[in-house]
Amino acid sequence: MARVLMKGTEAIAEAAVRSGLRFFAGYPITPQNEIPEYLARRLPEVGGHFVQGESEIASVNMVYGAGCAGERAMTSSASTGISLKSEGISYCAAARIPMVYVNVSRGGPGVGTIQPSQMDYLQATKASGNGGFRMRVFSPSTVQEAVDMTYKAFDYADQDRNPVLILSDGVVGTMMEPVELPPMRTDEELAAIRESKKAWAGIGHPFDVPRSWNQPGIWDTLKWEQQNKDNAALYESWVPEVETLDLEDAELVIAAYGISARIAKAAIKALRAEGYKVGMIRPKTVSPYPYAAYDEINYDTCKAVLDVEMAIPALHLWDVEKGVKDRCPIETCLRSGGIVIQKREIIAAAKKILG
Amino acid sequence: MEKIYERTKLIQADKVSGFCPGCMHSTIGKLIGEALEELGVLEKTFLITGIGCCGLHIDYVRCDNTTAAHGRACAVATGMKRSRPDSIYITYQGDGDLASIGLAETMHAANRGENITVIFVNNGIYGMTGGQMAPTTLVGMKATTAPKGRDPKEHGYPMHMCEILNQLTAPYYLERCSCNNPKNLMQTKRAIKKAIQNQIDGKGFSMVEIVTSCPTNWGMSAMDALDFLEDNMLKEFPLGVVRDRSKEE
Repeated sequence: MARVLMKGTEAIAEAAVRSGLRFFAGYPITPQNEIPEYLARRLPEVGGHFVQGESEIASVNMVYGAGCAGERAMTSSASTGISLKSEGISYCAAARIPMVYVNVSRGGPGVGTIQPSQMDYLQATKASGNGGFRMRVFSPSTVQEAVDMTYKAFDYADQDRNPVLILSDGVVGTMMEPVELPPMRTDEELAAIRESKKAWAGIGHPFDVPRSWNQPGIWDTLKWEQQNKDNAALYESWVPEVETLDLEDAELVIAAYGISARIAKAAIKALRAEGYKVGMIRPKTVSPYPYAAYDEINYDTCKAVLDVEMAIPALHLWDVEKGVKDRCPIETCLRSGGIVIQKREIIAAAKKILG
Repeated sequence: MEKIYERTKLIQADKVSGFCPGCMHSTIGKLIGEALEELGVLEKTFLITGIGCCGLHIDYVRCDNTTAAHGRACAVATGMKRSRPDSIYITYQGDGDLASIGLAETMHAANRGENITVIFVNNGIYGMTGGQMAPTTLVGMKATTAPKGRDPKEHGYPMHMCEILNQLTAPYYLERCSCNNPKNLMQTKRAIKKAIQNQIDGKGFSMVEIVTSCPTNWGMSAMDALDFLEDNMLKEFPLGVVRDRSKEE
C-alpha cells in the first residue's frame, strides 16, 4: 500500500476512522486540535458523527453514550483536559463500555505548558479515574506506530469492553512522517461488529429477551465485588508488548517509552558506533507493563539501567524499579516542563555511567 | 370480567416501589410507561437516569437503561441518539442533577436541539443525599446545607429551567407540569407523550419539567407536602407550556 505523509494527530484520526470509528466528541486543547478538526471533516464522509462538546466532561460522556449504544467511539484531549475526562473514563470502565481515547500529552501539572511532555505517566497507567480500574495503554514512538496502535485499540476495546488509551505526546502528535494506512473496514465488517454487541448495546430490546443494563454502579455490594474480581482477572490476562535491543551484552540498558525511546534509540546507535555496549527496553504498552523484559538483562555485565523520560520528578521510574528489582543501580536522564530531551544529553548521561 | 386497567409493562411485574411515601417518582414512572406503550415504542426505548433518587428507577424498569454520571445524562443521550437515531432515548433527571451539576450538559444539548426527551423532576431539594439545598430550593425553604433557609443574599434565587432554556432558539418543546392532583397528573402524561412523539417525529429537544414533592426531606407528611407544593412551589414554578414550536408550524 502507498505511503502517505501525515501529521501524527491526523494519522491517528484517519486510523481510527479506518478501524470503524463512527462517533467522536471532543473539546479544543493544544496540541491535539487536529484530531477533532480532521474528524469534523472526515466522519460525515463515512456516515459518522462528530460533536464538539461543551467541555471535556460532556465529550467523554457523549462517548460513554455512543459506546453504550454499540458504536465505535473515541475522544481525545491533552493532559489537563484528560483530567476532566477521568470521570467518564471511570464510568466506561465500571459499566464495561468500550471506548478509545487519545492523550497528546503536554507539560504539567495544571495547565502546565503546551509543549511535549511525558508527565501523565502515572495518571495514564495507574489511576486514570477513581476506583482502581486498569486499561490497556499504548505508547507510540513513531507516527506509523500511532496509526497501528490506534487501529487495533478499537478491537481491544470491544474485546475487553473496556477503555483503551493511546498515550501519545506533543512530538509524535505534531510531527509529519510517511505512514502506511491500514485498510478501511467495510460496511459489512462494521455491521458484524455492531451485531456482536447486540446482547448488551443500549438500543431498546424486545421484552422477551434480557434488558441491556449497563450500569456504572449498583446497590448490591457482593455483586459489585464479583464484578471487580472479574475485571481484575481480565486485567491479569493482558499480555504486554515490548521492544528490546541488545540486552545480552549490554553494560547499560536504557529504559524509555514513547518519544523519549525514539530519541534514546538514536543515542544508542551513536554510542554503539563508539563501542559502548548499550541495550534498550522500550515498552509499547505501558499498561500492562512489560516487567519481564527486565529479566532478560544480563546483570553480570550490566552496570546500570538508565531511565530516560520527559518527566520531573521521574514517573516511568516507578515501573523501571519494579522491573529491575534491585539487581543493578538505576540512573535517570530527565527533562520536563515541555522541553524535548536531546540525544546528546542521553549520550552524556550514558558515558557518565560507563566511564 | 373485562380487564380495564393493568400496570404498565415498563415496570417489572414483581417489583414493589421502594420510593418514600408521597414521592411522585413512581407515579411519573407509570406515566412514562403508559405513554411509551400508547405510542408503541416501549421496546425500542432506552432510559438514561441521572444520579440521585431518580436513578432508583433502574431497579424497576424493564427497558434498556444506564445511569449517567451526575448531571451528564443529556451528554450521554447525545452520544446514543446520534449513534442510533431509530431508538428512543429518554433522560430522567432530578433538579440537582439537571440544573446544578449538569447545567452545562442540559443547556448545550438543548442548544444543539438534540432529538431527545428530557424528563426533569423538580422537588426543590436533594433527595438521596439527604435534603441539601438545590438550585430550585425556594427562598426561605430549609435545607441541611441552608439550615436557616435559602437566603438570596447568600444563595441566590431558585432557577427556572424551562424559562432559562426558553432563551435558546433550538428547543422544540418545554412544558412545566405537576402530579399533585388528578387533573395535573393527566396533563403531565399528555406532556410526556408529546415530548416522546416529538422525538419519534425528529422534532428535536423536548423537556417536561414536573414539579413534585419530597415529604421525607421537606420534613412533612405526604398530605402536607401536597399543600406546600400547591401553595408555594407552584407559585414559584407556574405550570404551563413555555415553548411549543408545533404551534408555530
